[in-house]
Amino acid sequence: MLHACRNASRAVAQQCLCDKASLRPLQPLRRYTTHRESGGSAGKIVAASLLFVGGGFGGTILYAKWDPKFRQNVEQSIPYADKVFDVTLGPAPYAVPMPKATTKPGRLQSSYMSEVVKESKQPKPKGKKSEPADAPPAPAPVEEQKLEGEKEYEKCEERGHEVLPAVKERPPEEVAARLAKQDQEEQEKIASLAAMLEEALGSTARLTLQAIAAQDAAVQSINSHAGKLKEAMEETEASAEQKSSQWRGLEDALSERSKALDEAADTLLKAKDGLEKLRGVIEDAKQANIARAKPQILSAEENLHNMLVDLDNVVKKVQAAQSEAKIVAQYHELVAVAKEQFQKELDSITPDIQAGWKGLNGRLTTDDLNSLVAHAHRHIDQLNKELAEQRVREQQHIETTLRQQKTEHKRALEVAVAKALEQYRAEIQLEQDKKLEEVREVMEVEMRTQLLRQTAAHTDHLRDVMKVQEQEIKAEVEQEMAHRLSEQETHFRHVTQEQLDEFTLDMNAAYARLKGIEQAIDSHAIAEEEARKAHQLWLSVEALNDILKTTLGDNPTEPLNTSVQAMKANCAENEFTETLSTALPEVALSRGVYSEASLRVRFYIIRKLVRRVAMIDETRNSLYQYFLSYLQSLLLMEPQQLKPPAQLSTEDLDTFKLLSYATYSIEHGDLELATKFINQLKGESRRVAQDWLNEARLTLETTQVVGLLSAYANAVGLGTTQVE
Amino acid sequence: MSEGELGRKWDRCLADCAVKLGAGLGLGIVFSVLFFKRRTWPIVLGSGMGLGMAYSNCQQDFQAPYLLHGKCVKEQ
Repeated sequence: MLHACRNASRAVAQQCLCDKASLRPLQPLRRYTTHRESGGSAGKIVAASLLFVGGGFGGTILYAKWDPKFRQNVEQSIPYADKVFDVTLGPAPYAVPMPKATTKPGRLQSSYMSEVVKESKQPKPKGKKSEPADAPPAPAPVEEQKLEGEKEYEKCEERGHEVLPAVKERPPEEVAARLAKQDQEEQEKIASLAAMLEEALGSTARLTLQAIAAQDAAVQSINSHAGKLKEAMEETEASAEQKSSQWRGLEDALSERSKALDEAADTLLKAKDGLEKLRGVIEDAKQANIARAKPQILSAEENLHNMLVDLDNVVKKVQAAQSEAKIVAQYHELVAVAKEQFQKELDSITPDIQAGWKGLNGRLTTDDLNSLVAHAHRHIDQLNKELAEQRVREQQHIETTLRQQKTEHKRALEVAVAKALEQYRAEIQLEQDKKLEEVREVMEVEMRTQLLRQTAAHTDHLRDVMKVQEQEIKAEVEQEMAHRLSEQETHFRHVTQEQLDEFTLDMNAAYARLKGIEQAIDSHAIAEEEARKAHQLWLSVEALNDILKTTLGDNPTEPLNTSVQAMKANCAENEFTETLSTALPEVALSRGVYSEASLRVRFYIIRKLVRRVAMIDETRNSLYQYFLSYLQSLLLMEPQQLKPPAQLSTEDLDTFKLLSYATYSIEHGDLELATKFINQLKGESRRVAQDWLNEARLTLETTQVVGLLSAYANAVGLGTTQVE
Repeated sequence: MSEGELGRKWDRCLADCAVKLGAGLGLGIVFSVLFFKRRTWPIVLGSGMGLGMAYSNCQQDFQAPYLLHGKCVKEQ
């Protein structure tokens, strides 16, 4: 304050002087100089001040731009500076952006959201328009698709299911299907064959019937012809008209006969062709070799055979009829020949008489009659001769005829036998085939039943065997299981027992070790506890020490209260520390003490003041004395630092000397000695230095106590360190 | 603090001095102007009185710690 006042007074004085000085040249100048110069100087001043202000402004702004902390400081201190800075420099780079950064993403999010909302709003009206149109079809096809998909899926599943079981089931089904197919085919074939056979049979039957009918007609015609011929020959006595009508009838019958024979031959041919075809068909059917068609084939064969037989019979009839007719014809010829001969004879005898016996009764003369009787006698003789010859040759004739007959008979017999044999063979064959078929069927049926029975028996057998096996296996398995189980159990027990034993052993060992470890740990813990406490004590003492040393400028240290409390907490049970902690001065606890450095600094200030008031004491304390003392301090030169002697004498009690000693002591770190020296000051000097003295005393006290405590802590710490 | 005591005393002293000087000067000028026909001697007197009072006050202030105040104890 004194300095300030002095400086102010000097400045004022100087200013006054300057002003006066400046005024003096200005006053004469004022008369001679123009307004411009004064204005110029004023302008210069204004310009200079403006420059200064602007420079300060610009410099502030530039520096704020370079140093954001400075900018912050300025903004905080000057109200509207932040606005100015924003205008000139733009927004602050950081620290303020911290909230802005958080808001930016928020803004971004909101913008995004708004955009999204906008976008969603835009398609919404579009969507709304199309929704009613699309909604029904869209869900519908979707549903359909879904359904389809589901169906497909189901189908697929089903198919899968089907396929899977189908795969499994197909073999039997396949077989059955194949069997069915085969049956069907067979049946179809049979049907076709049957149809064919029937057709053929029908046609051939028709043909054969026709043939038979024709043959019968032929036979009848032959018979009729032969009858008519016989009639014609026998009834020669009938009238000429009758005979002519008979001969005409005979001719008709002959023509009829020939026609009928032709017809019969044609039909026979046709029938034979038909039979051949039928045989061919039957052969084909036989070659087809289908079992079930066999009865039909057989029946067809039978029919064929029958038809053949009938045809043969009919042919035989025709032939017999023809042979009879031949005989009749021969007889007729013979008769005709005899007649002609007789006629000739008659003619030779009686050329006049014509033929026709009956008409001659009235005309004949006795000559004629005699000739006739003679002729008749002659003829009778001839005939008797012939007859006798005939009787003579009768036997030969008979034998020859018999032989002929025999041979013919034989031939006929052979032929008949052969035919009959053939027929019989064919019949037998047919019967054999039939029987074969029957037997086969029966066999098949039997076989099937047997097979069924066998299968049933087999299954039963299998079942039984399986049951038996099952039981056997069960028994075996159970036995095995029981055996294994028992084994496993014993093993398990054994193993568990072992494990238990091991475990107990391990447990015991572990327990023992644990005990040992616990003990060791306890001892360690105790030792560590001690060490910790000592360490903590030491730390708190070090903290105290540290606090004593730390100061900022001339301020006293932190109040030691908290650290002392901490220290007290750390060493609650120790009496020594407790008493020592109580020995600390209260002011130190509450307000803190000055560090040595600050005391040192302060000492120099004290020193100056003490030197100035060195002469002032109780008796000499006027202002004049103050002035004199000041003068003395200015004029007196003594060394700043004097090494204090080992013992003080009365001469050393001079203020200046004391100060020198104190300075020396302080410079050499001995605050105690310095305090002692300062304690020797008297008068105003002492009063000036009183506070410093008190502070120094406090500091010394505190450092002493803290030193003791730290020594104790060190000792304790050393004591608790374990020597390994 | 005790080392600031002197400084404070000096501040008070000077302030007092200034005040008293100013007051004296002022009164002197007033008196001079009003009563004494613009003579200089009232001004001087006033300023002098002011200075003197200030000096006296100052001295009193500096001597204050050492002045002993006795009490007269009547013997009974």
